[in-house]
Amino acid sequence: MLIRPLARQRIVWVLLATMTLFTLVVLFFIIGFITSKGAHVITPEFLFGMPERMGKEGGILPTIIATIYISLLAIAIATPIGVGSAVYLTEYTRESAITKVIRFGADALAGVPSIIFGLFGFILFVIRLRMGWSLAAGGLTLAFMILPTIIRTSEEAIRAVPYNLREVSYSLGGAKSQTIMRVVLPNALPGILTGIILGMGRSVAETAVVIFTAGSSLLIPKSLFDPARTMAVHFYILAREGLSMERAYGTAFLLIIAILLINVIAYLLMYRLTRKMR
Amino acid sequence: MAAKIAVRNLAVAVNKRLILRGVSFDIEANSIVSVIGPAHSGKTTLLRVINRLIETQREFIRSGDVLLDGEEVRRIDIDALRRRVGLIFATPVPLRATIFDNIAYGPRLKARQRKSRLADVVERSLRAAFLWDEVKDRLSTSALRLSGGQQQRLCIARTIAVDPEVIMMDEPTSGLDPISTAQIENAMRELKRQYTWVLVTNNVKQAARISDRVAFFLSGELIEMGEAAQVFTRPKDSRTDDYVSGRIG
Repeated sequence: MLIRPLARQRIVWVLLATMTLFTLVVLFFIIGFITSKGAHVITPEFLFGMPERMGKEGGILPTIIATIYISLLAIAIATPIGVGSAVYLTEYTRESAITKVIRFGADALAGVPSIIFGLFGFILFVIRLRMGWSLAAGGLTLAFMILPTIIRTSEEAIRAVPYNLREVSYSLGGAKSQTIMRVVLPNALPGILTGIILGMGRSVAETAVVIFTAGSSLLIPKSLFDPARTMAVHFYILAREGLSMERAYGTAFLLIIAILLINVIAYLLMYRLTRKMR
Repeated sequence: MAAKIAVRNLAVAVNKRLILRGVSFDIEANSIVSVIGPAHSGKTTLLRVINRLIETQREFIRSGDVLLDGEEVRRIDIDALRRRVGLIFATPVPLRATIFDNIAYGPRLKARQRKSRLADVVERSLRAAFLWDEVKDRLSTSALRLSGGQQQRLCIARTIAVDPEVIMMDEPTSGLDPISTAQIENAMRELKRQYTWVLVTNNVKQAARISDRVAFFLSGELIEMGEAAQVFTRPKDSRTDDYVSGRIG
């Protein structure tokens, strides 16, 4: 069948626009639904109060604190290891069978279901290393979970730094380590930050890993070895045990806001950091 | 007088392909030597062998000697060598930073610098490259906002800032307009007495304008080297004649 070019343009346009629209509709439906069910739950008492009757009443302060602690801990552990691995893979090795295997391993690790990581963390940190359910065990396991993401995004970012910038540094007498610290990493920073933000988002939203490794205590954790319950786990328990759907939606709403905030802050930070470079 | 740079019987193969074959010549201190020749004659490789930048990148084999002040470059500490022998690339490559930070990059690599001393070095280098008057009021803006010609002079200033002995340039004006080219040639003439210049160029007229001596390379061989006037008016080799008169290349 022959279609006039102009008509074909229109058909393709409509098709592609519909697909995009579909994605947006689903996204806004979820956000709208959670907001309509959860926004009114947010009050100062909900944000800053202690939970009562297993979360049926009262606030969610301990889960907010636990979420912040455990995600920061995971990022603090995963970032240096991840960026270090990426630098090693890109700057200190030649492309070979071994680097391909490492990269394949990292990709495979990124695809492992989080509940497997949870089980692994439970056996290694909670049981074998006797950490018990704790922020430390949770943070470490989350760090393992987000490590592949940080390695791969950092690697791509470092690879994208033009080679001639390195040559400029070398030709001015820069050693390899100086070149990496002063030219390569600053130029790769926006990409590396993207990986860190992705990892942060996944840590904040993760449930399975945290239930297995940090437990579900409703007390405010006072040390690295105290158990804790994050917002995501709290939401899961509230909804699953049928304790309070209303409070579950409130928690979910807060989670979405948190992820949104992390992204906004990160982009502002990135803008500030790269402003001098434009 | 001993040569600043002496190359003896240099042969270089990159990825098993012979790029330079048995090249020998001397470069006198405080002179401008142009290296001319068509593409793929080994000119760029020669520069990268002298400052050993070739070692960062690819598989290569080298035989013969490359001497800087009589010392084999492979025995000189690599970072020190590269400070002594600066290299400026064909396309200007400003670091993604401010004008000030671009110039200060080299001095900062060596040691922590006092702010006032650093400002001194930056001003002196930019003046030497005839860029100071154009940028003195915007040292803290991005170097990427400069024009192509300004960027290339920035690169020269950046090289001068580490106080080199030799400055090598790899077709530094190939992407520039005539006015920017003239500015860069001016800077070279003015600074001739302070440095030794090695200029790789595709532009025969440019070589004739500013060099003391000229070396003509073809397919990895040094065909002829001599005083600029002699090479351009009375070349000894017919291939040199063909190239400088525009019959080949």
